[in-house]
Amino acid sequence: MTDLSYVRKESHPDLPPPKSEVGVIAWLRQNLFSNWVNTLLTAAALYLLYKAVPPLFNWMFWEADWSGKTYQDCTSDGACWAMVRVRFDQFMYGFYPVDERWRINLGFLLLLGTGIPLLIEGVPFKKYLAIFVFLIYPFIAFMLFYGGMGLTVVETNEWGGLMLTLVLATVTIIVSLPLGVVFALGRRSNMPVVRIICVAFIELWRGVPLITVLFMGSVMLPLFLPPGTHFDKILRTLIVMAFFAAAYMAEVVRGGLQAIPKGQFEAAQAMGLSYWKMMGLIILPQALKIVIPGIVNTFIGLFKDTTLVLVIGLLDFLSIIQSATTHKNWLGTATEGYVFAACIYWIFCFGMSRYSITLERRLDTTHRD
Amino acid sequence: MTNLDTAQGTMSVSDEVAIQIIGMHKWYGDFHVLKDIDMTVYRGERIVICGPSGSGKSTLIRCINRLEEHQQGQIIVDDIELTSDLKGIDAIRREVGMVFQHFNLFPHLTILENLTLAPIWVRKVPKDEAEETAMHYLERVKIPEQADKYPGQLSGGQQQRVAIARSLCMNPRIMLFDEPTSALDPEMISEVLDVMVGLAETGMTMLCVTHEMGFARKVANRVIFMDEGQIVEQNEPEEFFNNPKSERTQLFLSQILSH
Repeated sequence: MTDLSYVRKESHPDLPPPKSEVGVIAWLRQNLFSNWVNTLLTAAALYLLYKAVPPLFNWMFWEADWSGKTYQDCTSDGACWAMVRVRFDQFMYGFYPVDERWRINLGFLLLLGTGIPLLIEGVPFKKYLAIFVFLIYPFIAFMLFYGGMGLTVVETNEWGGLMLTLVLATVTIIVSLPLGVVFALGRRSNMPVVRIICVAFIELWRGVPLITVLFMGSVMLPLFLPPGTHFDKILRTLIVMAFFAAAYMAEVVRGGLQAIPKGQFEAAQAMGLSYWKMMGLIILPQALKIVIPGIVNTFIGLFKDTTLVLVIGLLDFLSIIQSATTHKNWLGTATEGYVFAACIYWIFCFGMSRYSITLERRLDTTHRD
Repeated sequence: MTNLDTAQGTMSVSDEVAIQIIGMHKWYGDFHVLKDIDMTVYRGERIVICGPSGSGKSTLIRCINRLEEHQQGQIIVDDIELTSDLKGIDAIRREVGMVFQHFNLFPHLTILENLTLAPIWVRKVPKDEAEETAMHYLERVKIPEQADKYPGQLSGGQQQRVAIARSLCMNPRIMLFDEPTSALDPEMISEVLDVMVGLAETGMTMLCVTHEMGFARKVANRVIFMDEGQIVEQNEPEEFFNNPKSERTQLFLSQILSH
């Protein structure tokens, strides 16, 4: 029999990891060549990239035509970016009068100048910025874009292009989130009437295709309004889209609310917090943080769904590009048009996606790792 | 004022009534959880409630701050009767602190923010004053250096001490503890119990659901044993542990003390 008693005299020192666990070679080996299947897949992927990327770059850049007046001026094999250059202003502003376009630039610059600092951590005076962006800016933007206070009125049927897309997207995004939160809270309310109203609203809007409600908003609604009432088409579209997005948002937020442990509600109640303080200070900050991916998913979907306003005759960014590519001067440039549209939509959506990841990291206080 | 001859002998109990429960019943659906509870708690009393799981002991103390609603009988806390009247409920919740089994700290707020939230938003205390109070209580639970961390960075024992400090920041007259040490690793239990003993010494009225019989012997002036939704036996700790009257109590004590 050996002696069972053992006492460690000194603590074992920490040693550096073996070479096979760190460095570039180790990374390559672990991720790309860990076994023969992975090695084959790596080789196949490299081959596909070699076949696809150089021709794409040739078409997009090296062999592309950058200037010209019609499609006939595009003589090379590459893309005909002359179309985008000639029509660029129209893609941005639609049929907004040329002399008044500075108003749109100013409006969006103002939003960028105040909105972006609001999204960055550590910027001072955020409270005042937020008050400006959410309470004052909408009126300034309306005045700039539509007119009034000495500025010429530009009717909304002259709005179009990226400007219209951004107006639709920004307004619906900003309106749908708070509205969605309200409906999500209502759906979980103890008061039957409130709950039934919220459930009915959510299920009604969520159960109908966006195209249908857009049609109803633009074609059918005026039939029910008293004759002579003027109800702007873009305003109707905005309302319809905001409600539609709010219904989706409500369900996303509800998912977050359900993920909050009961103990959080109880701790807040036990301290004497009222319902709204409990929700505003304890529950919603946590619930919304959990559903940031879902919220941004809805935002991105919404941003791209603005292209559907095409069916009610609004010339948003995509439809104005489509109409340019079907103009007799530019027949044959459909690919260029769609690629350009895709790039612009992708930049906005990818931006939102990256920001949401940054936000998730910044707000993470769980320290699980 | 009467001095109870408990182990510590110095903590006094006044004859002012803090909580009065008269003929209280509660059901969860068809299930009769609490049956005909009668109980009077005097200011400064330290009561330990024990009993097998499902005996209704947690439900009982959760009725006192209306986290659970009772259906029959009366609960009177600080001369306010608990009814569906929201003002009364809020008034009682301001005076009654509660510590939970799973701490229930707010994970998105720092420790300091956890402590100052209710004083600022419920009691309308100015922020710097609330922070001063918060630091005072953090020092009392011996973790002032953790003020700017988040709950997720603290150990279970530290989180529970923060939870106690958080309740104390509201300056409550009564403290409820719902199995405060049941979710803790064994080596962290004593740090929480030490804080609770310290609190008892300040004369706080405490109702504590726990199976820490050492704590009960040390600070309680009364131990209540519950089973199947009823109060089966209550007594001073010495009598309760050394000389339990009911068979059910004897069985329970033999089970929890035998190992």
